Amino acid sequence: MSVTDAEVADLEKKAEQIRETIITMLVSAGSGHTAGPLDMADIFTALYFHILKHDPKNPEWEERDRLILSNGHIVPVRYATMAHAGYFSVEECQTLRKFGSRLQGHPERERLPGLETTSGPLGEGLSQGAGIAYAFRMSEGTRASASNARHVYVCMGDGEQDEGNVWEAAMWAGKNKLSNLIAIIDRNNIQIDGMTEDIMPLGDLRAKYEAFGWHVLEVDGHNMRQFIEAVDEAKAIFEKPTVIIAHTIAGKGVPDIETDFHWHGKPPTKEEGAKFLKELRTAGGRVPHEYS
Amino acid sequence: MISPHAKLADTVFSKDVELKSTRDGFGTGTVEAGKADENVVVLCADLKESTRAEWFEKEFPGRFIEVGIAEQNMAGLAAGFAMAGKVPFIASYAAFSPGRNYEQLRTMVALNNLPVKVMGMHAGVSVGPDGATHQMLEDMGLMRMLPRMVVINPIDAEEARKAVVAAAKTKEPTYIRFGRSPVPVITTSETPFEIGKALTLWNASKPKVALMATGAMSSVALAAARALDADGIACTVLHVPTIKPLDEKAVLAAAQAAGKVITIEEHQVAGGFGSAICEFLAETYPVPVKRLGIQDVFGQSGEPNELLEHYGLGAPHIAEVARQFVGKTL
Repeated sequence: MSVTDAEVADLEKKAEQIRETIITMLVSAGSGHTAGPLDMADIFTALYFHILKHDPKNPEWEERDRLILSNGHIVPVRYATMAHAGYFSVEECQTLRKFGSRLQGHPERERLPGLETTSGPLGEGLSQGAGIAYAFRMSEGTRASASNARHVYVCMGDGEQDEGNVWEAAMWAGKNKLSNLIAIIDRNNIQIDGMTEDIMPLGDLRAKYEAFGWHVLEVDGHNMRQFIEAVDEAKAIFEKPTVIIAHTIAGKGVPDIETDFHWHGKPPTKEEGAKFLKELRTAGGRVPHEYS
Repeated sequence: MISPHAKLADTVFSKDVELKSTRDGFGTGTVEAGKADENVVVLCADLKESTRAEWFEKEFPGRFIEVGIAEQNMAGLAAGFAMAGKVPFIASYAAFSPGRNYEQLRTMVALNNLPVKVMGMHAGVSVGPDGATHQMLEDMGLMRMLPRMVVINPIDAEEARKAVVAAAKTKEPTYIRFGRSPVPVITTSETPFEIGKALTLWNASKPKVALMATGAMSSVALAAARALDADGIACTVLHVPTIKPLDEKAVLAAAQAAGKVITIEEHQVAGGFGSAICEFLAETYPVPVKRLGIQDVFGQSGEPNELLEHYGLGAPHIAEVARQFVGKTL
């Protein structure tokens, strides 16, 4: 699946709109996580607007790809992207975390069609994704590995890699050579209590996943083309599951908060939100020194 | 007298009664369910012989999934299988599943609302020599608290088979509890079983006490009832295989008829079967209740029967408690 320069430009524009929605919905909610949703906005845009086989008007379409969000706390990026993709109105995003809303603080599959799983407690998405991928292969045989077959994507955080459950699942997926499984790690280097390498060093994530039998790719998580091409490569690997380590800048797009772990788990105030919207930049070229 | 409706085995009080571990019912039940529905799959965490999961593997090797010693992952994989249209049974020791993976079951199975069937083996002190670590005594409590989770504790291998076959046909997340040591097979293929229904094993007119029991303890309660009958103490025995949802109608009727209730379970008295009975009766028809079970302690190594007697779950002790409860000591 190639991508043209014009398509990349469109995706970048869309990502900026999604970041705007994320900021306004977090201000409205008054609680929630800011850094992760902002830094995953480019990848979620690429997934929903270019990569995934899905139908916003028919979320239960059997032939859809499955996107599992393991680190459920960044769900504002998923809600915002789904809204812009046509699953529901962008206005509904403003109900985030409110009583009676379908947009729960952490995603619940039974409340909003299209979420696939309920998540929040970390370390669980890879198990579920591996189970789905294996079950697809049981039903479809080797056809399940074809590049046009249903794929299972699992988004995880980097702090989440502290969880033992992740490595139980990684070992099992490697053993079973689940080539229809593509994991994406948001490598933003922060978690709630600080920098990942201070809290619990992850060290060489590439070597770790390779040792567990995975094909490993590393990309700039704010470069649409790199990410899309990495997914293409992942689909072409038939003997292993693939993990894409996406190097991202926590809080990407708002200079005031970029790389600051204190913004992992809090929302902007109304005043901060207004300021952030003004500062908002995209990977589209307004910060050329970072994207030479 | 034995309730004719229960259609128990003729050998129920004979020394020739067949002895089998309830886990055998998991083995035969999954093979039967697997033949009826090709979506049934069995996942096991490196315990396929002792859980009897290998009986299914022999029949359906392509639908048996070895997970390794990783109960947390097993719960998540099962959720994934269920989302892809399978009916997954996950088998391990109850101490590890639902013990180790409680939160995974809470989030990925119960909150996700998926038809994952959790099979907890080696529950109770009757596990024997393995000791306290492996004698799970809190599983029914853990599972009973979870919204949506159905909790079943069969009396013998035959009822366990029926429970597994029935669970394979429902959409609910379900927990079934099994023991390790051989226990009498007193039910037959004719014995009624339905999820959510209790079964009267022993009837009496004008009973002085109702013995309500679950799992293999119901067979022990039946032996106690026979001894009490010989002493002229009328009682009933209500076997309650489904802890949740509770057969409230049957429990209420038995409590109303007898006016006193003794609950018997191989589980902590806090949180499990006795708790469920007390919670229900306290709100509907308060009667004096005695809860027999494990009294807030852990188990230890020993032979199954010696341990059951030590923890007050042998038939003679149950009968003695009943005599004192109705004010007729020997």
